[in-house]
Amino acid sequence: MSVAEPAPLAGVEQLVKRFPLSRGVLLRRRLGDVPALDGVTLSVAEGESLGIVGETGSGKSTLARILLNLLEPTSGGVRWRGEDVTHARGARLAALRRKRQLVFQDPASSLNPRKTVGAALADPFLIHGLLPERAARSRRVGELLEQVGLEATLANRYPHELSGGMRQRVGIARAIALGPELLVADEPVSALDVSIQAQILTLLRDLQRDLGLTLVLISHDLAVVRYMCDRVAVMHAGRLVEVAPVEQLYRAPREAYTRELLAAVPSVPAPASGPQSSSSSST
Amino acid sequence: MSASSPDPRPAVLRVEDLRVAFETSEGLVQAVDGVSWEVAPGRTLGIVGESGSGKTVAAMTAMGLTRGARVRASGRVLLDGEDLLSAAPERLRALRGDVLAMVFQDPLSALHPLLRVGAQIAEAVRAHRGGRNGISRAAARARAIELLEQVAIPDVRRRVDAYPHELSGGMRQRAMIAMALANEPRVLIADEPTTALDVTVQKQILELLRRLRDELEMAMVLITHDLGVIAETADEVAVMYAGRIVEHAPVAELFAAPRHPYTWGLLRSTPRLDAPAGAELVPIPGRPPSLIHPPSGCRFHPRCPYVRERHRSVDPQLALVEGASEHRAACLLSEAERRVIWARLAAGASPEQARAAIEPAGEDRSA
Repeated sequence: MSVAEPAPLAGVEQLVKRFPLSRGVLLRRRLGDVPALDGVTLSVAEGESLGIVGETGSGKSTLARILLNLLEPTSGGVRWRGEDVTHARGARLAALRRKRQLVFQDPASSLNPRKTVGAALADPFLIHGLLPERAARSRRVGELLEQVGLEATLANRYPHELSGGMRQRVGIARAIALGPELLVADEPVSALDVSIQAQILTLLRDLQRDLGLTLVLISHDLAVVRYMCDRVAVMHAGRLVEVAPVEQLYRAPREAYTRELLAAVPSVPAPASGPQSSSSSST
Repeated sequence: MSASSPDPRPAVLRVEDLRVAFETSEGLVQAVDGVSWEVAPGRTLGIVGESGSGKTVAAMTAMGLTRGARVRASGRVLLDGEDLLSAAPERLRALRGDVLAMVFQDPLSALHPLLRVGAQIAEAVRAHRGGRNGISRAAARARAIELLEQVAIPDVRRRVDAYPHELSGGMRQRAMIAMALANEPRVLIADEPTTALDVTVQKQILELLRRLRDELEMAMVLITHDLGVIAETADEVAVMYAGRIVEHAPVAELFAAPRHPYTWGLLRSTPRLDAPAGAELVPIPGRPPSLIHPPSGCRFHPRCPYVRERHRSVDPQLALVEGASEHRAACLLSEAERRVIWARLAAGASPEQARAAIEPAGEDRSA
């Protein structure tokens, strides 16, 4: 491996995942397999922001789960900094968990309704045996809340007392709590209103820049990916259809399926007085 | 609106100064606060807004679906001049599914899981056309098949006897649209009809709704959070915020020359496929206000980048934009100021830069 071409941070090789399809309740018969992933090879470079887009059943979420060792592949491998971690167990897996975190679509269902926000954010430290001192832990929880644009006093609230956008901020705070290197966000804004969506996307981008994170963004929304990613992978029926730098994919998609997807997105007419531009916008 | 509308057909459904409040343990939630709109045959009114803006409650109330002991509703909902808000429950039941139909976001929760799709549609037909001199079971089934064909469900002979869970999301939504159309309604209210669907399926469903609207001369109310869906489907748009309409305009005009800071915020928060490289989203700061204790003055003022002291106490009314005949906005900025701000925003300026353009140098922000 030369210096100019560092090993990708994370990746999958020839990934195949089949889910068994069975019928009947008492006498389950196996009818066959549903192929969720069919030979997918993809990697993400350190600091990069990679978008994975596709429709329902394209395999994008399955891919994300295997990449994070949350699901076993039928065949193929998962790599982390060049190392084969497909079958990582025990302490190795725990160490990997600290480095690779997932942001869920719906934080309402990933946060324990009986735990305060503060307790939910303290969990990662307790699980990994970090910050044993209570005061230090709650100080860190306060910092995390502020880092995602929430007030530290929110630690005493329960998830149901928060709005959807605030809950997603808590979900992100939990994901970055242990200082991960890779953040995989699976449809992080699809349950949110447009104005809140933009807040969360801006937050993810700022955190990525400030913390030097590598981001894998799974989304069905091609427009969202365009704003967030350097490179985009298009998936369809368990296969990778096209992988290209973001500008190329949107300006000159090579594959018919990509063109079909892009053409289906309802478009908001461009403002009359000129294009939206980045040069002067601020945050 | 009828006085200035170029549409020669009179409105079939007209909502006038509708107010809906829910009594809760925490106080009175004013979900809809003085909303008026109307829709004519063959036309589509798009209602856009975020969660809690009141867009769904207004439509549900128009259908008589929000009645209850803890609900206070006032105003008028006129269907061909008949007030539905004060109509008897039996009268509403007779109208719903017949003259008035509704399509929801999630067909899985709107369809009965244990009944075959065809049987449910046939029941919708017989509910209004059944009885002694009504349509026979066989004829209702034939009508169900015809309806499923009309919404372009492939292989109808097989699918008519399928259960909802055996159909894909797109097919279920088509089945629900078929059921809504069972009695050729004059008004179709579609509440986020494509939000749960993939984009390629969404495109087909929107095409289907447009085709059926034209063929059946239906008046359609399309409720959505998606400005792109509005742009491609609606003739006119009402933008709702905190229980009120803050801007109402023909669709082309709303996108070409929006005149409310909330609409500007929505447009700049919406990711665009044709955005130039490196473009940034500009979020609207803060979050929607409490409907129990709404902000004083302009309800958008706590989130508005162009707020002035006066806006914290004066409540703006929805009024015609200067020089326009159908474009209304509820904003205290002058038309000249709004024109300058939007020109800057459309050219890519930040809200701060756009604000600076309407303020003499050195003037205090809160002046």
